[in-house]
Formats: sequence, structure tokens, C-alpha cells
Amino acid sequence: MTETAFTSKAALKRLKKRRGTEWRFRMWGRAAVLFALAALAWLMISIVGTGYTAFQQNFMTMDFELSESILAPDGTRDPEKLRGANYRRVVQNTMYSQFPEVTKRKDKQALFALVSASGATNQIRQMVYKNPNLVGKTVTITVPASDQIDQLLKGYIKRDTDESRRKVSNQQIAWADTLKERGVIKKKFNKILFMNPDSRDPELAGIASAVVGSIMILVVAFVLAFPIGVGSAIYLDEFAPKNKFTDFIEININNLAAVPSIVFGLLGLAVFLNFMGMPRSIPLVGGMVLALRVFPTITIATRSALQGVSPSIVDGALSLGASHTQAVFQQKLPLAGPGILTGSIIGMAQALGETAPLLMIGMVAFVTEVPNSVTEPATALPVQIFLWSDSAERAWAERTSAAIIVLLVVLITMNGFAIWLRNRLEQRR
Amino acid sequence: MTMKTLILGAASAALLVACGGGDTAAVKEKAAETVKDAAKVAQTATGGDIRVVGSSTVYPFSTKVAQEFKNKTGFNVVVESTGSGGGHKLFCSGADQSTPDITNSSRRQKKSEFDNCVKNGVQGVVEVKIGFDGIVLANAVDSPVMNMSLKDVYMAFAKEVPTSDTDCTLRANPYTSWSEINPALPDFKIEAYGPPPTSGTRDAFVEIAMEGGAKKVDCLAALRKEDKKAFANIAHTLREDGKWIDAGENDNALVQTLVNTPTAVGVFGYSFLDQNADKIKGANIDGTAPEFENIAAGDYPVARSLYFYIKKDHVGQTPGLQEFALEFTSDAAAGPGGYLEEIGLVPLPDAERAAVRTAVENLSTYSQ
Repeated sequence: MTETAFTSKAALKRLKKRRGTEWRFRMWGRAAVLFALAALAWLMISIVGTGYTAFQQNFMTMDFELSESILAPDGTRDPEKLRGANYRRVVQNTMYSQFPEVTKRKDKQALFALVSASGATNQIRQMVYKNPNLVGKTVTITVPASDQIDQLLKGYIKRDTDESRRKVSNQQIAWADTLKERGVIKKKFNKILFMNPDSRDPELAGIASAVVGSIMILVVAFVLAFPIGVGSAIYLDEFAPKNKFTDFIEININNLAAVPSIVFGLLGLAVFLNFMGMPRSIPLVGGMVLALRVFPTITIATRSALQGVSPSIVDGALSLGASHTQAVFQQKLPLAGPGILTGSIIGMAQALGETAPLLMIGMVAFVTEVPNSVTEPATALPVQIFLWSDSAERAWAERTSAAIIVLLVVLITMNGFAIWLRNRLEQRR
Repeated sequence: MTMKTLILGAASAALLVACGGGDTAAVKEKAAETVKDAAKVAQTATGGDIRVVGSSTVYPFSTKVAQEFKNKTGFNVVVESTGSGGGHKLFCSGADQSTPDITNSSRRQKKSEFDNCVKNGVQGVVEVKIGFDGIVLANAVDSPVMNMSLKDVYMAFAKEVPTSDTDCTLRANPYTSWSEINPALPDFKIEAYGPPPTSGTRDAFVEIAMEGGAKKVDCLAALRKEDKKAFANIAHTLREDGKWIDAGENDNALVQTLVNTPTAVGVFGYSFLDQNADKIKGANIDGTAPEFENIAAGDYPVARSLYFYIKKDHVGQTPGLQEFALEFTSDAAAGPGGYLEEIGLVPLPDAERAAVRTAVENLSTYSQ
């Protein structure tokens, strides 16, 4: 028997050592992945844990008597005049009629505080504005309960806290429980969160205007950044002469991708608003600023995708007599396509999460309307989250988390779509 | 093949729009036209939006009025939270329609800001006081109530303090616990979380509480008469040895910090104390508790006035501007029992409110 390389003592020792190194590396890798997963899980659990309750809200279904003596003492049916009528009194009367035994002024105030004053009055106001003939009739509609009652029934305002320290009195708790028993207060899916624009009252606040604003910003940013990013990458990679100057440009584009985003906001403020005189708070400017933020990412992704295509394909095309342009656009670019699209989608997902640059161009704003065009004032989803998180009322906490959940779902969808697209396009090749 | 068409298609379509995007005026015009066609009704009803900028402290009140006003009249109001200083800067940057109509402020407009307005051609500014806001020092609800004087506040947070009441030789702040300053205070180490220097709340805290406390030290009061600047420098500089911590602008996070650190105190606006009375409680200052009635009566020493400023030229150009200001100053909004009181604004006394109302009705400009 002759000793082979792997039976000598020294060789076995080396083998063991090498295997040990590999094992340790695997364990480190696993630990790293586990750590990342744990951090992600912790984030998701804490956000979903506080946010999921916001997808449901307590509503009150009651009869509202739209008596003429209150709304139109002069008998008018002019919608513009009816708009300014005293709807608060209508809602107050409805609330008082729930508990006729309440007579003292202070108690009546406390009772009125059970319903969303702003929500109920405005809902009736808009109904009458659209259909003035409702005056004199009684309507049964569903209006949101006040944020305090909603928080109480969801258990965020603790009943065992000393009465002087909570925003809801014992009497109000008793009323709310009675109304719940009578079936007046019911918990329903919170459509308001998705359909309404921003509001100062948590029970009426929604993300509709912010979502539309975000979509507009993304569309503008994509339309600007995609051609610029892809175009500059193709030119730099395929056509530009290789010299010190193009190296300098390349370094700068890479640098640009790492510049803090607030800098782009300042640039936008200086160039688009102050120099070009464009209005504040509009998605067009927001999109232009974020295009600057995103295009270096797209350029870098495109260049690495182009460099990943085997040179033999271009060589083949050239040897068959194709021009350089033909070889690049007909052979190389389609093969780099999946990488380019993935890079672009990830770039757009980055843009969706940006807040800082929008701060500088006036998009940290309260906008009461869903914008119709890119030149109307708007805000964006991350900005909305930022503004809500700093509001005093307790009910904002769950709504902030709910908005974060929506943002995360959109981000996961975008990134998932990028991966799906890449896999699909790579298979088709 | 499909890949190529996809990319080329996207790129060329995008390029077409992008080329237009270079000529912004054309895009703006085109977009404006589309808007006009699409929403003619809305356009005729609203004209230009009312633009409000300024203080983040006034922001919740301003947005509440904006919402009510929009519901009642259909006028669109865009409220931006830029901070008081940023608001005055934007407001005074010019008189044309692209500049804001109103700026909110958690302090009075400074002379320099007013001069900037005049320099940039803003013809008349209407000053409107809307109410008061208290600044509270609060700790966790289960910790003992702190009874402190303004002087205690100054002694706890100033970077340098005088050696004694009569000897104004400054020394680095030696105090590490509250009981060293005032034996009646608990033996907690001094640890305060407060707003950062960019915040109007910080300005007000420094100007009212710190300066008020410094004035109680005899020799500093004497110094104030001789050299105002030197006095302000001593009174306004907060300690930098980690006892005072800039906690960022998010007051909800601050409330949570106080709950987790029972010995710490936090500095913030009254409305956060009001909303979180189950978690934190306010310190009594000079024997007065930070309660609604005390702030309204002017008894609570650390209270400030909140303002907004209207550009008079824009009334008539921006439809609904004066009506918005009237809504803001109406009894239903800023009066006792009004909807702004519900969210934490402390109303002005009746006589002062009536005077403010008249100023808005007549658009009386102010000067400094």
C-alpha cells in the first residue's frame, strides 16, 4: 500500500482545517441571513401590530332630521346658500335624541363629542349641496365615530386609567357601550383610509391624495430618468472614446448615485423653483427632482447589464456585417433588457420612498384635494407618513402604521415584479 | 425581438415627453389647459389656491381651519409646514402671486424679517394673533410632580451659571441632579429631552423660560441693564454636557422616551401634554400648573402667542383669502369652545379677540 496525498497525517489535518473553514463560513452566512430576517420580522411585526387596527373603524348609523327651520329658515333651496347652513345643529340634535334624558349643557357637549363632528356635518353638507330637496326630510346615514371613541372601543384608550388622565369620561364610555349594544356603533372596514384625502381629524384622514401624488411623481421621474439613464449608459459604454474625460464622467455618475437625496432637493429648489419660477408643491417638480436622484442608479444598472452580455454576440453581429449601432441596439440591448428593467424598477422604488428632497420643494403640505394633474399641489406617501407621525392625537399612531403598511406593500410588489420580470425574460431567451 | 421593441418603445415615448419637459413653460401651459378643460367647474370656483406656509406649531390649527373652510366654501387651501423662520423667508420673498398668501408663526415677526418684506415690495402685512400655546416641562405620569421656579429651569439647563446671586463670575454648570439646585425637587439626575435649535418651540423656551429664569438672578438682571447682548448670550446658551438632549422634532417619540425614563423631563407644546395626560404630567412652574385655564388667564409663565400674517396685496387677487382669515378668527374657530380649542389652542381674551377680528375685517396693516 502506498500512501496517497490524502492519507498522510499532514494532509488529513489540512483537509480537516479546510473543511472547518468552510463550515464556519457557512455558519456565519446563516447567522447573517438570520439576523437580517429577524430585523425584518421585528419591523413587520411592530408596524403591522400597531397598524392593522386602522383598517377597521367604528361608525355610527343614525337618523338625521334635516329640518327646514334649522338649515333654511328663509326657505331657500340655493345650494351655495345651503352650504353655509348650520349642519352642526342637525348632528347635535341627532346625538341628543339618542339619550333624551341628557339635559345639562356640559353633558350635551360630552355626548356630542362621541361622533366625528367634522365628518358628520360635512357628509350631510355635501348631500344637501348636491340635492337641496333633501331639506325637510330625514335621512339615515353612517358617519364615523370620533377618534377618541374609536380608540376607546379598539382598546387603545384604557378603561382602567384614572378618569382625570384620559380623554374619554366614564359617562362617555357608558354612552358608547350603550350605543354599541343598540347597534348604532359598528366596526366596519375603513374605506375612508383609502378614499379620502388628508384631513386634520384622524377619523377622516386618508391616503388617496398622497397615493395619487406619489404615482404622478413616479411617472414624471420615470419618463425623465429612464431615457436619460439608459441613453447615457449606452453612449458611455459603447460609443464614447475611452479617455480621461469619460473616466471623469463615469466617476461623477457613480458619485451622484451616492449623494444624499436632500442635496437634490436643494438643487431643485434653486433651479426649478427660484431660477425657472415653477410653482411650489407640484408633482411635476417633485418628479423632476427625483429623476435627478434616480437616473444615476439606472445608468449604473444599465452599464453593468450591458457589460454582462457576452462580447461574442456583438463580435458575431459585426462579423456578419452589422453596423456598430445595429449590433448594439439589435443584439446587445435586448439581452441586457432584463437587467436594465430590474435596475429601473429598483430605482423607482427608491424614489417612492424619498421624503427629504420633497421637503425642499414644498411638498410637505396639507392638501385637501386629490390632484387632477401634475401641476396641482400634491403630497406624497412618505411625506404623509412623516406628517401624521408628528400629530398629537393618539389615533394617528395606528394610521401612521397603516400608511407604512400600504407603502411597504407597494414596495414589495414593485421589487417582486422586478424579480419576476427578470426571471421571465431570462427564460424566454 | 419583443424585448427590443419594448425598450425602444418605452425609451422613445419617454424621450418625446422628456423633450417637451425641457421646455417647461410649454408643458406648464399645456398642463394648465388640460386642467382647465377637465375641471372647468373647479377652476371657476377656486381660481388659485390659497397658499399658507410657516410654523409647524400653528400647522395643526391652520389645517383644521383649511379643512372646515374648504367644506363650507369649496376654496382650496394648501398649508405647508416650513417652520416659522422658513415661512417668513418665503412670505417676504416677493409680492407676486407665486409667493405665499399667509405665513404662520409661533413667534412675532422679527424686525429683520419685516424689513425684508418691505425691501422685496410687499406693500402691506396684516398681523393676526390667534391664541396662546403653553410650553411645558413634563415627566412620566408615575414620577413625582416637579415644582420648579423659572430660576431652577435656568440653573438646570444653562451652559454657564453665575457662582452666586451676587457674584456673576461664570462657571461651567456644576449641577448634576435637581435636588442640588433646589432641595424641594426630587433627587433625580438632570436629563432633559427638548426640541432642536431649528424649532420655534426651542426659540420660545429659550426666550421665555431661560431668559425669565436668568432675570431672577440679581447680578444677571443688573448685567441685562448694562449689556443686553452679553446677558442674552448667557441666558440663551443651553448646556452641552449631555444633560440637555436635542430630541428631534417628533414629539410622540419624546412622550415614549419619558415613559421609559421616569427620571427624565421633556420640553414640548401644551397640546401634546393635553393628548397624553395618561402617560405624562406637566411640572408646575412658579407654582402654576400647565393647565388650560392657567394659560388662558396668562398665569402660566411659559406661554407664547401664535400668529399668522396676511399679504394685503393678495386680498382680491387670491379668491377667498380674506374669508379664510375671517373663518380663522371667527368665534366658531378661535373662540372659547371653538373647534380649535378642541385640538389644543388656548383662545385670546374676548377684548383682544374682538380687536384682532376688526383688524382682519378692515385689513389694517402693521409696521415695526
